[in-house]
Amino acid sequence: MPTKNTSADKIPTVVVDQLNIRYRVILGAKTGSAAGALRSLISGKAPSQVIKSVHAVKGVSLVAYEGDTIGLVGPNGSGKSSLLKAIAGLLQPSAGEVYTASQATLLGVSGALNKSISGNRNITLGGLAMGMSREQVEAIRQQVIDFADIEEFIDLPMGTYSSGMQARLRFAIAAARQHNILLIDETLSTGDIEFRARSQAKIHELSAAAGCVFIVAHGHAIIREVCNRVIWMDKGIIKMDGETNAVLDAYENYIAENTAAKDVTNLENYDDQ
Amino acid sequence: MTVSSPSEDSSAKQLAMQHGLANASKIPGLGEYIKSTWRRKDFIVELADARSTQQYSDSLLGRIWQLITPLLNAAIYFVIFGILLGTSKGIENFTAFLVTGVFVFNFMQVTVTAASASIPKNDRLIKAIHFPKMVLPLATVVQQIQQYAVSLVVLLVIVVATGEPVTLMWITLPLVLAMQVLFTTGFALILARWGARSSDINQLLPFFTRTWRYVSGVFFSITVFTASMPNAVETVLLLNPGAVYIDLVRDSLMVSESSDPVVWIMGVVWAVVFFVVGLVYFYRGEKKYAN
Repeated sequence: MPTKNTSADKIPTVVVDQLNIRYRVILGAKTGSAAGALRSLISGKAPSQVIKSVHAVKGVSLVAYEGDTIGLVGPNGSGKSSLLKAIAGLLQPSAGEVYTASQATLLGVSGALNKSISGNRNITLGGLAMGMSREQVEAIRQQVIDFADIEEFIDLPMGTYSSGMQARLRFAIAAARQHNILLIDETLSTGDIEFRARSQAKIHELSAAAGCVFIVAHGHAIIREVCNRVIWMDKGIIKMDGETNAVLDAYENYIAENTAAKDVTNLENYDDQ
Repeated sequence: MTVSSPSEDSSAKQLAMQHGLANASKIPGLGEYIKSTWRRKDFIVELADARSTQQYSDSLLGRIWQLITPLLNAAIYFVIFGILLGTSKGIENFTAFLVTGVFVFNFMQVTVTAASASIPKNDRLIKAIHFPKMVLPLATVVQQIQQYAVSLVVLLVIVVATGEPVTLMWITLPLVLAMQVLFTTGFALILARWGARSSDINQLLPFFTRTWRYVSGVFFSITVFTASMPNAVETVLLLNPGAVYIDLVRDSLMVSESSDPVVWIMGVVWAVVFFVVGLVYFYRGEKKYAN
């Protein structure tokens, strides 16, 4: 049931065309001993034993338009995050193409942060990593400190922060900038209940200002609230793409039928941790 | 169900082209790639600085180790080669000769070794943010240049303390160092691409760098040691980039040393060739670093 969003007046911002993503996972040498490793090397079958190929996205096509806020739902391993990474240009498609109106940003700078340096220097590092200039970083610095609520710890190494404080700082840096195409992995909005509420408000604000938003979330409440469209993915393909409530209802029914033991209402609070 | 048939293929692409959408995973041309790397220069410096802080964050002395490590290195080589093995024969100021060799070579060795691990080490960063991956080996180079700068100050003090006069030749030092940095950067970029493919290169690299160190005349004079060997051996050893840059720095700082003009020419050649090849070679692997 694809939505017929193809009216001429709509401006496409993201076009995904027959996207396939495979990636190799190197599991490491399976053989337990050096002698065994040598034996398998001589017999010439070592590579096939240690490398596993995962076909994460299988021929996905979609068009997202200016103003769309799209929720991505589906079980773990259904290809949601791989799809987001391909849109952000972080993963190379094995086949197919992704076209975007501008560089899409995945909301997350966790990889750039360094536990040995202070929160303040991490703001610099994270901002520069996202492509800001030093002046732009200075312009957002106070806003980030306030939002993360870590004023008194800002000159201590980030390794001394609690995990909640680290998560807050990470989110605050990522959210400090306005993005045209914004990709949100909801697992970012961690922290205590008070901060979750604040980060969700921030996601609303960013979504409203962005041209096009994709949100991966397990909590359906936020998706019903902000998304006008939902894509349900399963095992690397799009199972359903359409209006929010229609898709979510179908997805929830499907889960209720397939997992008798699991209460559907739990889905609202389900968290991928 | 969304079923995509080949006929939709072209229409999706047409739609994208009509509205001026760009391919998200397309690698820009070499010129544009280098420009976008240059635009991240502040990030490169910040990343290098963060790593230096991280490296010494658990030690009480902190970044003072940047000063102590090269001094200890020089002391060990002095005891082993200068006193025990007597490789100092034929060299007037062995202390200055040795310390120059150790410091100049260490910069190259440490830089290329660290650069070979720069892609896998930053796996999380690569998966989180879109940026030209050349930033990563370059940050390694910048970090090592900072360390090298400290070593060079120590070197100048030792050279003067052991009786070398400050001569006009000293003004060639910045030029020699610039050539050495270009060469090392290029070499680092090549090894960074190799190291991205598998970590096997990191296992092999120590053997290579050790061999390289022994043939580069760090603690002996190549000319004196190869006196009884065929000329070709001496020529090959003298013209290898390791020996070339060590010789040129000695040439700048020590009155007793003077390099053949060929060595100067090779200094320029190695710098240009490795830098250009390194840039292009690393750039061509860009697609593979993310997966």
